[in-house]
Amino acid sequence: MVEVKGVTKIYNGKTVVDNVSLTIPKGKITSFIGPNGAGKSTLVSMMSRLLSKDQGEIHIDGMEIGEYKSHDLAKKLSILKQTNHLNIRLSVRDLVSFGRFPYSQGRLTKEDQDAIEQSLAYMELESMQHQYLDQLSGGQRQRAFIAMVLAQDTEYIMLDEPLNNLDMKHSLQIMRVLQRMVDELGKTIVLVIHDINFASCYSDYIVALKDGKVVNQGMKTNIINENVLKEVYDMDIHIETIRGNRIGIYYT
Amino acid sequence: MNHTWRLGILGILAVLFIGLYMFIDIGPYWDYVLPRRAKQVLAIVLVGGAIAFSTVVFQTITNNRILTPSIIGLDALYMLIQTLIVFVFGSMTLVTMNANIHFLMSAGLMVVFASFLFRLLLKREGNHIYFLLLVGIIFGTFFSSISSFMEMIIDPNEFVVIQDQSFASFNNVNEDLLMISIVMLVAVGLYFIRYMKYLDVISLGRDHALNLGVPYDRVVKHLLFIVVLLISISTALVGPITFLGLLVANIAYQFMLTHKHSLIIPGAVLISIASLACAQFLVTRVFTFETTISVIINFLGGVYFIYLLLKENKSW
Repeated sequence: MVEVKGVTKIYNGKTVVDNVSLTIPKGKITSFIGPNGAGKSTLVSMMSRLLSKDQGEIHIDGMEIGEYKSHDLAKKLSILKQTNHLNIRLSVRDLVSFGRFPYSQGRLTKEDQDAIEQSLAYMELESMQHQYLDQLSGGQRQRAFIAMVLAQDTEYIMLDEPLNNLDMKHSLQIMRVLQRMVDELGKTIVLVIHDINFASCYSDYIVALKDGKVVNQGMKTNIINENVLKEVYDMDIHIETIRGNRIGIYYT
Repeated sequence: MNHTWRLGILGILAVLFIGLYMFIDIGPYWDYVLPRRAKQVLAIVLVGGAIAFSTVVFQTITNNRILTPSIIGLDALYMLIQTLIVFVFGSMTLVTMNANIHFLMSAGLMVVFASFLFRLLLKREGNHIYFLLLVGIIFGTFFSSISSFMEMIIDPNEFVVIQDQSFASFNNVNEDLLMISIVMLVAVGLYFIRYMKYLDVISLGRDHALNLGVPYDRVVKHLLFIVVLLISISTALVGPITFLGLLVANIAYQFMLTHKHSLIIPGAVLISIASLACAQFLVTRVFTFETTISVIINFLGGVYFIYLLLKENKSW
């Protein structure tokens, strides 16, 4: 369980995340939604210790993240940011192998190799494992990065806009695989996502943020409704239930 | 062709050029010439190794293939120290100064300056490396400007002494200094060992490295300090020569075709030694001291740099 207690982040006098408290339940998909600048990415970065927090505490399985040893935390929690530009040329397999670093410290054992094979297979990347990342399409590259996170074999996985720049087909592919990871492997996934309909169809819990504050949080059925979304986005979003999913219609 | 093979080829090249330099034109007084040349070869190995190593590490930390550690302004500081000595005490002081004192003072001041810079700029959280480099560039320019100002107003004969110092030279390396340098480099090497494993991960960038459990800010600070130590030692030993690093690091990436530092670093070190030995051979035997090693390296490096800029749109 991840517990966020009164976390605040201030950049140059501007409060980006303002006294946020929330709980991420285990074995579920939790989505962070909200307009640009709401502090979603900042919050996720603090929860995964990429950013320091100015106030508050973040507990993972009962322990403050600052008290974890770096390599211990890396076996418990992984984070994938939205931009994944690399300056070096890596093959898919090399990238996925990096996911084993917390365990191997660079010397891959048989066990590490098995984990790499498994995550490549899980993400259906075996056939392109020897291709270089710069030869892949955006969707394939994103899958390769998720395979790396999967090889890291952490209970908690945080993804900052994993669908950024992906087309519908690849977005769907990623969301389905995330759901499988929760159902089959028991992972706990935290997503920052802009498409409220993907959030509605795939997450269990939704946290709605605005101006650095939590506007509302809870089961997705309580969040995907016209009043809450109006408050979050300042626009009218018509909700309809289509094949059991609550879908927001806001295109016209 | 696998990586061991490639390293083998580089090793053979390095030995070949060292051999060329050691044994061609040896003359009848080989018992005088050989130990003298052996000392120079030792300096080439130390300096070549230190420069190649520190440039690769520096480029990994900064995630940038066209930077060299000279950007922090250490070369400029070295020249400022030399100019200042000549300006205040006269060229005789510089020329007759005890070599050990000169070495320790130059290297010491460079390390002190860099530590001051780090202390000032790496205190805060986050990725301030580019800010550090920017401040380094400004300091470097400042040091160079002061040097040129002082060079402008001193006696032209004194200026010749300074100019001589500004070219790296392996011809007059001092035996004691070599010993001191070896001890220092070994110490730095031991200090480095515990950070070795992090280099590959750091080349993925800060976020990925943190995610994979690297205590990023601490490791980077220590690695930067190692780079500074190496540059200071090699600059104080033979003079400013960091440009070499750009050349050899990039040839090493291109030739070794891997992301693994356990292969790139030895490759770069061997290329560096081979090219220094080759340049030294050209300077002493072909051009008979008509030119300097820096000129040859800067010429080759410059040509290669332009080539690099032109093809940088393709990654590697």
